Amino acid sequence: MKIVVCIKQVPDAKDVRLDPVTNTLAREGVQSIMNPYDQHAVEEAVRLKEELGGTVTVLSMGPPQAEDVLRQAISCGADNAVLVSDRAFAGADTWATSYTLAKAVQKIGDFDLILCGKQAIDGDTAQVGPGLAIQLDIPFVTCIQKIREATDKELVMERMMDDGYDVLAAGYPILLTVVKDINNPRVPSLKGKMRAKKTEILVLSAADVGADPAKIGLAGSPTQVVNVFPPPPRGERALLTGSIDEQVEQLVEKLAVYL
Amino acid sequence: MDYFLTEEQSMIVEIAKQITDEQIIPKRAELDEKDEFPREILENMGKADLFGVPIPEEYGGFGGGCFDIVLALEQLGRGCIGVATAFAASALGIYPILIAGSEEMKQKYLPAVAAGKKFAAFGLTEANAGSDASGIQTTAVLDGDEWVVNGTKQWITNGGEAQIYTVIAITDRSKGARGASIFVVEEGDPGFSCGPKEKKMGIRASSTTELIFKDCRIPKERLVGRKGTGFITVMKTLDSSRPGIAALGLGIGQACIDEATTYAKQRIQFKKPIIGFQAVQHILADMAIQLEASRALVYASAKHIDAHPKDMSKVSSMCKVMATDMAMKVSTDAVQVMGGYGYMREYPVEKMMRDAKILQIYEGTNQVQRNVIGQELNKEYSRK
Repeated sequence: MKIVVCIKQVPDAKDVRLDPVTNTLAREGVQSIMNPYDQHAVEEAVRLKEELGGTVTVLSMGPPQAEDVLRQAISCGADNAVLVSDRAFAGADTWATSYTLAKAVQKIGDFDLILCGKQAIDGDTAQVGPGLAIQLDIPFVTCIQKIREATDKELVMERMMDDGYDVLAAGYPILLTVVKDINNPRVPSLKGKMRAKKTEILVLSAADVGADPAKIGLAGSPTQVVNVFPPPPRGERALLTGSIDEQVEQLVEKLAVYL
Repeated sequence: MDYFLTEEQSMIVEIAKQITDEQIIPKRAELDEKDEFPREILENMGKADLFGVPIPEEYGGFGGGCFDIVLALEQLGRGCIGVATAFAASALGIYPILIAGSEEMKQKYLPAVAAGKKFAAFGLTEANAGSDASGIQTTAVLDGDEWVVNGTKQWITNGGEAQIYTVIAITDRSKGARGASIFVVEEGDPGFSCGPKEKKMGIRASSTTELIFKDCRIPKERLVGRKGTGFITVMKTLDSSRPGIAALGLGIGQACIDEATTYAKQRIQFKKPIIGFQAVQHILADMAIQLEASRALVYASAKHIDAHPKDMSKVSSMCKVMATDMAMKVSTDAVQVMGGYGYMREYPVEKMMRDAKILQIYEGTNQVQRNVIGQELNKEYSRK
């Protein structure tokens, strides 16, 4: 079983701030982590490999420092890591990102299964997984909460729905996006960490993956971010308590100030 | 304080820290309340290779030294020394095999322990043989190709949970200190059983039971090392393991300072946070001084032991005494700083104070450690 897992380095959500002047994400001094949903995708891939044999390749598009999350994935059991990195990718929206990742997957070669986190916690679009499947022209299922059975021929899985779950079966190749319920990601092992330190990460540029310059980065992105702004702060609030009569009395008192 | 750890040592700390923060701390109160053995957490430690730290690479381990295991245990101890004791006792159980076992024995037992798939335990203490190990009553008699073991071990950590037990028994009473030998007993051996779990003051996540041998028959090859070398191996085992107990003291000390200082910054009395009062500041300052001094001694001792494995008794005892007496003092002070809240189970320092007490007792009481140090000093100065 050849599995590719797409992962993204994101700012730690506990630490997200907007620059008050430019209204863009302040990246300075903010810690970067592997997108939490992607950690579950890596874990599921490693579990499938342990059950069925095969290899797990982790793939990320991002700046050179995204190597960190690729090494983290290796320390948790992934075998190979590929980073697609090029200044030309800057400003890519989900469509251009999907295209770029698709070119990278084709460059990697054979695969049976692609796993992605449901969404990244910075953009929150949940579009790149499905977009990648469309670009590769393979089927996809989103929001997988459990893989019930996996064989060389078929997967039986549960798709999380608002009011329960669907049970689906599918053959390969296929792309799945996973939710956090699917597993508990393992702690990296000591041997894994040592291997991660030594592993050579394959870095591919736009030219290496044969990407059409018109389809990548800002130029290849139909979505343009016009403005980013924090929601206006909510005014001062108070919760009135007591019986209805008491609350009305309090309300009148508060409103009286403005009369 | 920066101890300039190597990259590998930092990795050990990171892994042990992650398991402590994500798995042990959220679960410790429940494990304590229910006297529950943390099997799942220990298995995860195995998957993360922590059990392999003291085991040589050729047996599936990491080949680490005393300092490496100290770093891991300090982190685990910060979370819960009940869990950490279960972990440490498995290492203790295999030390006799590491120190004196044959190649076949090492091949047979160490890889499963390194992977965390099997746990080990060390059976020394008996009802009449605690600080005075010469009071051991358990016997082993060779009958054909089998040893027949009879007797009862008491307060054995990981009893009933381990699969591999290293047990000391008298093989020739007439030879005194040279009449004891160590054997490997496996879970399921005929005539071997474990008593009910003891009810303890602290470290309640760890299992403590009797080991009961009634005409327990084990193959001849289960003798660890040569016949009659049991006491020497026991002493070497305890010399190797004591810095690990000291490290648990460091872990508790750190956790108590973290809890007490955080609390003192938040707790308002007389219209200001209590950390603003010199009376409280001085308690916290003394806690920090004692912790850092203990850490310096434990780390230095562990490094000394790694460099001079034949000269470990004295430093091993010194760091055990200092760090575990510190843990008792600092945990008591943490409860004091937190007042009534500290005494309640809702806050973790109550458990830390109960847990800390065992550190002064097990793996040789702190009084016995002082005996060792005194005897070593006597020997050193007789040579001068």
